[in-house]
Amino acid sequence: MHRVPWIPIGIIAIMACMALFAPLLAPYSPIDQALRDRLIPPFWLEGGSMAHVFGTDAFGRDVLSRLIYGSRVSLLVALLALTVGGGVGLTLGIVAGYIGGAVDNLLMRLVDAAFTFPAILFALLLAVTMGQGLLTLVIAISLLLWASFARVIRGEVLMLRQHDFVALAKVRGCSSLRIMVTHILPNVLNTFMVLVTLNIGVVIIAEASLSFLGAGIPPPTPTWGLMISEGRGRIADAWWLALIPGLAITLLVLSVNLFGDWLRDRLDPQLRQL
Amino acid sequence: MQRYVVHRLLQGLVLLFLVAAVVFFLGRLTGNPVDLMLPEGSTPEDRATMIRALGLDGPLYQQFLIFIGNALHGDLGMSIRMREPAVDVFFSRLPNTLALIPWAILLAMAVGIPLGVVAALNRGNIVDRAAGTIGVLGIATPSFWLGVVLIFVFSVELGWLPSGRMGSPAHYVLPVITLGSFLIAGFMRLVRSSMLDVMGSEFVKLARIKGLGEGVVIWKHCLRNALIPVLTLWGVFVGNLITGAIVTETVFAWPGIGRLTYEAVIFRDFPLLQAIIILKAMLILSINLAVDILYAYVDPRIRYA
Repeated sequence: MHRVPWIPIGIIAIMACMALFAPLLAPYSPIDQALRDRLIPPFWLEGGSMAHVFGTDAFGRDVLSRLIYGSRVSLLVALLALTVGGGVGLTLGIVAGYIGGAVDNLLMRLVDAAFTFPAILFALLLAVTMGQGLLTLVIAISLLLWASFARVIRGEVLMLRQHDFVALAKVRGCSSLRIMVTHILPNVLNTFMVLVTLNIGVVIIAEASLSFLGAGIPPPTPTWGLMISEGRGRIADAWWLALIPGLAITLLVLSVNLFGDWLRDRLDPQLRQL
Repeated sequence: MQRYVVHRLLQGLVLLFLVAAVVFFLGRLTGNPVDLMLPEGSTPEDRATMIRALGLDGPLYQQFLIFIGNALHGDLGMSIRMREPAVDVFFSRLPNTLALIPWAILLAMAVGIPLGVVAALNRGNIVDRAAGTIGVLGIATPSFWLGVVLIFVFSVELGWLPSGRMGSPAHYVLPVITLGSFLIAGFMRLVRSSMLDVMGSEFVKLARIKGLGEGVVIWKHCLRNALIPVLTLWGVFVGNLITGAIVTETVFAWPGIGRLTYEAVIFRDFPLLQAIIILKAMLILSINLAVDILYAYVDPRIRYA
């Protein structure tokens, strides 16, 4: 149970390197079309070769190269959305839990509302009104995240508030802001980190879904969701186009979740219920 | 009881108003919404006429009042692409989605609940681990991709089932599996953890002391109580299904409100999307309200909490 999950960590590391060093690793341009090399199958099928390990798509673009560049979008969006959405949730959770009263009441109502109403709908609306792009995507996915962060962190803060060190800080004359920043915040960081890891998978799937629905980063930038969307029309004659990026998503999300489970057990066993 | 219902109803209305306000102001974010509503190739005269017709030459608060007023009359604008009132389009597609959802819920219950119970009974051993793996995989696999894989295996390779559109019962199989998969892993995890809680409680011990058979204890005494927390999360599941339907119907060309949402996005049909979001919010809120009231009716603890 508490063994270090080396395989997931290895997969995450490989994907992270893919994203960081995409221009060095990708054998071809992910965007330039080569119409003479259309729909070459992966190397293990008849007609495939090691020149295009995972084959090519309908525009002759190398699937492996697009996969490598696609990891950039997934991980960049995850990084930004978790910083924004997680950060907002963390701040509101601490404020709600520490200040309490009407502020807490209002914020928790908002959290309830956010849970009932699927954020993906707002994400689609944003894509239509603001236009597709990184900013839209980050705002949209942050909307999906903040509420669960705020709820869990608030719960933690409610418990922390009872501790003597908070009372002592008050007696010493610390302002509320100071107590929240220097006394409460460091104590919820473990929980925050666990929440971040457990939500990486959520973000990656959300990004892929939005891309798939035509509301992600606009083409021709390769993203895994877009690759599946483009490939599904060719499922009968070129199945690798849709199946390979999906495998990449599943593999990455699986690894991140297994790593997150382990981290949770290490840092914050009380969160097991999540 | 009456107070509770009124309270919940008001809460729902406030929430609906908020959704409408967000939709309205997002539409104004990028300038004049007329630019989002007019089809391509419209003349400046068309634009001016439309601005006047929609009352968009007044100040923002006035526009919002007109918008809300129209909405209360059941007018949420015209779909650009279909040139029909958006509300009518939505309701003509709604039955197709409602035909899919019960089967998906049924499948998720039929698979998720027994899996959860079996996992709880075998806590820690290989069966629990196997069930856990299914759960983890279910969460890690994007459902739209699962749909594509199902099409590949069962339609393209095996040729057993149709790959899309509505029709005979065979047409339901793959979409129902895809949509159900949104819930299965969640059901399983919830049932497992709440079964573990219930199995340690006093009344279960009593049932055993009374000499009841293990089957009765587990499936009747434990499971019934373990399902309560699952029902409380009903609201989240409804949200999941609405989201799931967008993806599922897109993959399988199923002519319901999910597919309609996708079409509104790719054709940039802003008035239609705006109407869809408000109507879906209404749908979700009324289902939640109905379930909550039913719940409070059944369980007095909720009424007085």
